[in-house]
Amino acid sequence: MQAAIKKRNLVTAALVAPAAAWLTVFLVLPFIAMLVFAFGERAPEGGYQAAFTFAQFANLPTRAAAFWNTLVLAPVGALLCLLVAYPVAYYLAVRANPRYRLILVSLVVVPFWTSLLVRTYAWMYILGSRGIPNLLAMIGIEDVRMLNTPGAVLLGIVYGYLPLMIMPIYVSLEKLDRRLLEASADLGARPVSTFFGVTLPLSLPGVMTGVALVTILLLGEYLIPQLLGGGKVFFIGNALVDLFLQSRNWPFGSAIAVTLVAVVVVVLMVAMRIAWKVAGTRQVDLV
Amino acid sequence: MTSASTNDIEFRSVAKRYGSVTAVSDINLAVPKGAFVALLGPSGCGKTTCLRMIGGFEQPSEGAVYIGGQPMNGVPAYRRPVNMVFQQYALFPHLDVERNVAYGLKQMRPRIATAEITRRAQEALEMVRLGGFGKRRIHEMSGGQQQRVALARAIVNKPKVLLLDEPLAALDKKLRTAMQIELQSLQRELGITFVLVTHDQEEALSMSDLVCVMSTGRIVQIGPPQEIYDRPASLFVADFVGKTNRIPATVEAGANSLRLANGVGLAKPANANGTVGTAMVALRPEAISLVRDGAATLQGTVTHRIFLGSSVEYSVEVDGLGDFLVTADRRSLNESDLAEPGERVGLSFDPNALHVFPA
Repeated sequence: MQAAIKKRNLVTAALVAPAAAWLTVFLVLPFIAMLVFAFGERAPEGGYQAAFTFAQFANLPTRAAAFWNTLVLAPVGALLCLLVAYPVAYYLAVRANPRYRLILVSLVVVPFWTSLLVRTYAWMYILGSRGIPNLLAMIGIEDVRMLNTPGAVLLGIVYGYLPLMIMPIYVSLEKLDRRLLEASADLGARPVSTFFGVTLPLSLPGVMTGVALVTILLLGEYLIPQLLGGGKVFFIGNALVDLFLQSRNWPFGSAIAVTLVAVVVVVLMVAMRIAWKVAGTRQVDLV
Repeated sequence: MTSASTNDIEFRSVAKRYGSVTAVSDINLAVPKGAFVALLGPSGCGKTTCLRMIGGFEQPSEGAVYIGGQPMNGVPAYRRPVNMVFQQYALFPHLDVERNVAYGLKQMRPRIATAEITRRAQEALEMVRLGGFGKRRIHEMSGGQQQRVALARAIVNKPKVLLLDEPLAALDKKLRTAMQIELQSLQRELGITFVLVTHDQEEALSMSDLVCVMSTGRIVQIGPPQEIYDRPASLFVADFVGKTNRIPATVEAGANSLRLANGVGLAKPANANGTVGTAMVALRPEAISLVRDGAATLQGTVTHRIFLGSSVEYSVEVDGLGDFLVTADRRSLNESDLAEPGERVGLSFDPNALHVFPA
C-alpha cells in the first residue's frame, strides 16, 4: 500500500518534472531577476547596477499614458472581440449544419496560418493614407485619419484576437445540451427568453475564458499598437521595448513589468470571483 | 371519432417523415380527458416521435395533432398547454431546485408576482415530497430526486397534458416501482391527462389505463392493459407484452381442427375466427399447468427450473415442439414438491387460452 503510493508519487513527479524545470529556468528565475532589477539603478552606460531604491516605482507616473492605454484598450478590445465572436460561435455551435461544422470551425483558425505581423501590416496599408482615407478623398471626404488612432488599435485587436475568443465560446455552446433548450421552450419560454435564461448563462464559462485569455494576452500586446498606433497609441509592451532596447534602462523597465504582472494578478483574482459568483460553482477556470 | 371536447389529445392521420425515412405513419389516436395513456413499443417504433409532436418539438409531415380540440400545426412548443418530463430530466444545471421549478412560472404573461411564484414552486415541490430541497443545486440531488424535480417543474404550470418520456428508465428497480405508484397517485390528484412513453411493458401495464402498442411507426393495438394482455391483436403484441410461447400450427376447416406442428389436434379456440391455413399460436406461460399425467395434451421433459419465490419458472422441452416456458404457481404440482430437471411432465391448458394468428 505504502509502496504503491510512493510509486504513484514518483510517476507524478516524473511527469511534472520537465515542465517544472522549464518554468523554473525560464519563468521563475527571470522573474526573480526582474524583481531585483526593479529595485536597482540604471548603470551609467545602461543596464543594471545594484542598489536598493524605490526610485523606479516613483518614476512610474511618467509612463501613465502606456498604463492607461493598456488598461483601457485591452479590456475594451476584449469586450469588442466578445461582441463579434459570440454570434459567430453561436452560429457555428447551434445553427450551422453539423455536416459542415468542422470545416467552418477550422476556417476560424485559418488566419493563424499567416503571421499576425503580416496581417497587421496589411491593415497598416488599408488604414494608411493610401488606403481607405484615399478612397474617401476621391468621393470628397478629405483628411480622414485612421491609422495611429485608438480605433485603429481596437480594430487590429478584434481582428487579431477573434479566433481566440470564438473558440472557448464555441466549445461551451457546443457542449450545451439541446434538450435544455427544448425544456425551456416546453416551459413556455420564447426563443429570446431561452437565450438569456439558458443559453447565455450556460455559455458563461466559455465567455469568461475567452475574455480572460484575450485580456491577459492584450495586456502584454506590442505588435498591434506598434504598427496601427504608431507612436501615438502605445501599450506597456511598447514602453518596455523602448526602455530595454533603446534607453537601456533595465531597472525602470523591470519596475514597469513587475507592476503590470501585479495588476494582471489582481484583475484575474477579481474576475475569478465574479465568474464563480455568476456561474455559482467553482468549476470555472479562467486560465 | 369522438367529439373534440372530451379528448385532450387527438392524432388525425398523422405521419412524420425525415427525408425519405418514415418515422411514423397512419397514426390515429384519441386520448380522453384525464386518461393515463402509455405509448409502448420497442426502440425505434416511433413512440417518442409521437410524444415530441404533442410537445411541439416536431411538426407532423401529414395530418394534425389536436390538443384540447385545437389543431396544433405550426404552434411552437412554448405556446402549447402541455409540459414534458424529459428523458434524463433535462434540468437546468445553473439554477437551483426551486428556480428550476419556478422557470415555467416566470415565463407566464402577464407576469406573476415573485411571492406568488415562490409559493407555487414550493407547493409543487411539496407535491413531489421535496419540500425542504428548494435551495439545493441540481448536481447535489440523487437520480430519484432529480426525477421528482423534473416532475414538479412540469406540473407547476398546470398543463392540460403531462408528457413523460421514459421517465423511470434511469432509476433502479426498487425506485422505479415506488415512482410508478407515485406517478399514478399524482395523476389522480391532478386530474390531468398523462401520456407516457416507455419500452417497458410492465411499466405501461401497471400505470396506464390505456395502452397504445406501436411497432415500426404504426399503432398496432390500443386498449386497456388487461385487454392488451389477454387479447393481443397480433403475434407482435403477444410477444412484446408479457412472455409468450409461440407454436407453429395449421388450422383446418371443421371442429377439432387446430393441428400443432407435432401433430397434436385440438379444438379450435373461440378467437381463431376464420383463420385457415398455416398459423402461429401464442400461449402465455402462466396459462399452462404442469401435471404428472401421461394423458395430458402435451408431454415434455423439464430442462431448467428457476425458483422465483411465489412462483416457479420451468423450461420444458415439449415433444415435437421444442422449448416451452411455463410459469407455475409453486403449489401447482404438490405442496413443496417441484418438478426436477430431467423429469417427464404433462402440460395442460384450456384450448381457449390459445391465441391463433395467421402466420
